[in-house]
Amino acid sequence: MTDQATPKATETPVDENRRSLLKGAAAVGAFAAGTQMLPGMVPYIQAQSSEPIKIGFQVHKTGIGAAYGRWYDRTTRAAAKLINEEGGINGREIEIVAEDDGTDPKRGAEVIEKFATQHKTDVAFGTLFSHVVIGSSPRAGELKMPYFVVSEGHHVASGGLNRYTLQPGITDVKSQVQSMAPWVADNLGKKVTMIYPDFAFGHDHRDFFSEAIAKQGGEVVAKIAIPPTEKSFTKYFPQIPRDTDVLYHVMVGPAVLTFVKELGEFFGGRGPEIFGFLDSLEAVDINTPGLEFLNGSYFWEGNPRYTSDMSSEHDAFYRKAVGVDDTGASVSDSKDIATYSHMFGCWETLHIIKAGMEAADYSGPDDRAKLIEAVENIGVMPHSRAHPQGDKLFNGRTHQSFGHQFISKVEGGRLTPVHKTSIFDGYYPDEVDYTTQKL
Amino acid sequence: MRVDRALILHLAVIALLFAMQYVMSPYHQGNLARILVLATYATGYNILFGYTGLLSLGHALFFAAGMYGAGMTMRYWDFPAIAAFPTGIIAATALAFLIGTLALRTTGVAFMIVTLMFAQAGFLTLLYFNEYTRGDEGFVLPQADRAIGMIDLSADDTRFIAAWVIFSVGLLIALAIVRSKAGRVLIAIRENEERTRMLGFNPFPYKLGAVVVSGAFAGAAGAAYALLFGSVGASFASIQYSIEPLLFVLLGGAGVVLGPLVGSILIFYLIDYAREITTAYLIVVGVALVLLILFARKGVLGSIRRRTDGWLP
Repeated sequence: MTDQATPKATETPVDENRRSLLKGAAAVGAFAAGTQMLPGMVPYIQAQSSEPIKIGFQVHKTGIGAAYGRWYDRTTRAAAKLINEEGGINGREIEIVAEDDGTDPKRGAEVIEKFATQHKTDVAFGTLFSHVVIGSSPRAGELKMPYFVVSEGHHVASGGLNRYTLQPGITDVKSQVQSMAPWVADNLGKKVTMIYPDFAFGHDHRDFFSEAIAKQGGEVVAKIAIPPTEKSFTKYFPQIPRDTDVLYHVMVGPAVLTFVKELGEFFGGRGPEIFGFLDSLEAVDINTPGLEFLNGSYFWEGNPRYTSDMSSEHDAFYRKAVGVDDTGASVSDSKDIATYSHMFGCWETLHIIKAGMEAADYSGPDDRAKLIEAVENIGVMPHSRAHPQGDKLFNGRTHQSFGHQFISKVEGGRLTPVHKTSIFDGYYPDEVDYTTQKL
Repeated sequence: MRVDRALILHLAVIALLFAMQYVMSPYHQGNLARILVLATYATGYNILFGYTGLLSLGHALFFAAGMYGAGMTMRYWDFPAIAAFPTGIIAATALAFLIGTLALRTTGVAFMIVTLMFAQAGFLTLLYFNEYTRGDEGFVLPQADRAIGMIDLSADDTRFIAAWVIFSVGLLIALAIVRSKAGRVLIAIRENEERTRMLGFNPFPYKLGAVVVSGAFAGAAGAAYALLFGSVGASFASIQYSIEPLLFVLLGGAGVVLGPLVGSILIFYLIDYAREITTAYLIVVGVALVLLILFARKGVLGSIRRRTDGWLP
C-alpha cells in the first residue's frame, strides 16, 4: 500500500497554479476548517425561531440515473439531519426540497426554474449526470441561483458553464483519470488497450488517460470504442493487441454485466491485467454471478466501498449516518448496494454550502453573490466528519475540487484498497477563471 | 386570409397568451415560454399527423436539426443569434425534404418505422460525432451570445415575448395552410388517398410538403429552444422527443389548429404536478391517455368541435 502525498519536484505550470492556489488556501484554510469543525457553535434555539434555509435538491429519482439518485437522496437527507442536529446554518434549520429531474436535461432546467421561482430555494444542488448539469446550468446562471453539482464531469472546470455553477464536493473525471496513470504504469504495465463507450463520457476517458499515460512513458496501443446501443461485445475483443499489458475498461449501463461475462469467457483467465472505473459497477454487488472474472482485477474508487485498514473514523461516522454497512450495502437490505464512490459528494457539498453560508453570513437570496465568493475562497477542506472521503482543495477560479482517489483490488469477493493517490496527482492547470465573470 | 370567427378566435388566443405574462407568477411565465416553444413544434406536427394522416415517429430529428443548426453555427462559426435561428430552420427543412422524399415511398406502419429509423440514425450520428456535437453531454450557448441586437433572449420577459412571437407566427401559418386549397387536399389525403388521386391530385407533393412544413416548425422550435434556454444536446434527438408532439396533438385534438397548444399545456402541467405526487408519473400520463381514448377519442378540442357546429379549423 502506498500513499503518494509528496508532489513531484519538477516545475510545471501545474506547480505555479498549485502555489498560487495554496497561497490563497492557506489564508482561508484555517477559517474554513474552523467553520466546518465546530458546527455546534451556533445555538440551535435560534434555528427554531428562523425560517429554514431551503436547499433545492435536483435528484435523479427516475430515468437512467435512478440508482444513483436513490443513494444521493439518502446521503443528502442524512447530511441535512446531521447539520440540523448540530445547529443548522447560521442558526437556521435547512430544509431539503427535492424535485425529480427524470435524468433529463430539459426537465433539469425546469426544476431549476421551479426552485428559483416557485419553491424559492436559496440554492440548488445535487445533480450527477453531465447532460442534466449542462441543460440546467444556463438557467441557474440566468436566475443567479447558486448551483452546486455533484457530477464528476469536467464540464465545470473546462469553462463551459458559468460563475453560479460549482463542483466543490467531488473531483472531476479529468482529475480522476489523470491520477490513475502513474500507478497503472508502475504496477500493471505501460501498454494499455482502452475499451470505452463511444460517447462523451468514454471519449473523456480516452483523451485524458491517453495523455496521462504518455507522460508516464506508456502508450495506449488500441482504443476500442463500443457503440452505445451494443448488447454483445465478443466481436470487439479480437481487436485487443496481443502485447497489451493492461486492459482499461469503463463501460456503463445495463450491458456492463454482459461485457464482463463475455470478457471472462474470451480470455479464460489468461488475459492482460484489467483496470476499470467503478462507475461500471456502482450499485452492483461485486459478487453477482458472472462477475467472477473480475477477481484479481483493479478498480478506481472515489471512496472505498468496503471498509479496510485505510478507512478513517470519519468514514465510519459517515457510513453509519447514511446507513451503509462495512460491505457497502444498505444496513437494512444487504442486496441494496450503495453508489459509494460518488454519493459522499452530496454529504460534503452540503457541508460546503453550510461553511460558505456561514462565512458569507448568509441571510437570504440577496446574499447569493456573497455565498459564491465565500465558496470560491474556501480553499483547503480538511479530512473531517464534513469531508469523510478525505481532505480536498477547492480551486475557486475553476470552481472544481481536487482530492484523493483510491485503487482497489477485487479479491475474496471484496474490493480492497491498495493505493491512495495524492491530491496533486490529479491536479491540472486552470482552463478557466470564473471569478472574472460578473456576479 | 379571410376574417371570420375562426381567425378572430385564433387572434384572441394569441392576445390572451400575450396578456397572460402580466397575471402569471414568474414560475408559470417561464413554463408558458417553454410550452409555447413545444406547442410550435406540435403545431407543425399536427399538419402532418392531424391533417394529412401521416404518423411520424422521427420528428425529434428535425427538432434536433434546428437545435444543432443554430447551436453549432454559433459555437463554431460565431453566427449571431439572428442568423443562427434561420440557419436552424433551414437545416431542419432541408433534412425533412430529404427524409420525406425517402420515407414517403412507404405508408402506414412502414412510414412510422422508417421515420423512427432515420431519427435513431440521426441520434446515433450525433453521439458518433461527439467531438463536435458533445453528444450525450451536449453544450451550453453562452448567455452573452443569446441576444438579438440589444434584446437579451435569456431574460425572462424577452424570452417569453420571443416564444410568443414564434408560436403566434407558427399558429397563423398553420391556420392559413389548413384553410387553403392545399390544406383541403391534405385533409382529403387523410380521409381517402385513393379517392384524392382519382379526383386528379397527385398526393406525393402534398404529403412531402406536409413533411417539410412540419420539419420546418420542428426546426424553428429546436432553434428557439437552444437560443432561449441555452443548451444543446443529443438527448433532444431521442425517441422521447418524437413521442411528445404526438401526445400533445392527441390530447389537444388532432386536426384542430389550436389542439397542440391545449395538449402541450395539459401534458406539461399533468407531468409537473404528477411528479410532485409520485415517481411513477408516467402512469398518471398513461391513465390520462386511456381516459382520453375512452371518453374523448378526438382529443379535447376535437371533442368540443364534434359537439358544436364544427367551425373550429
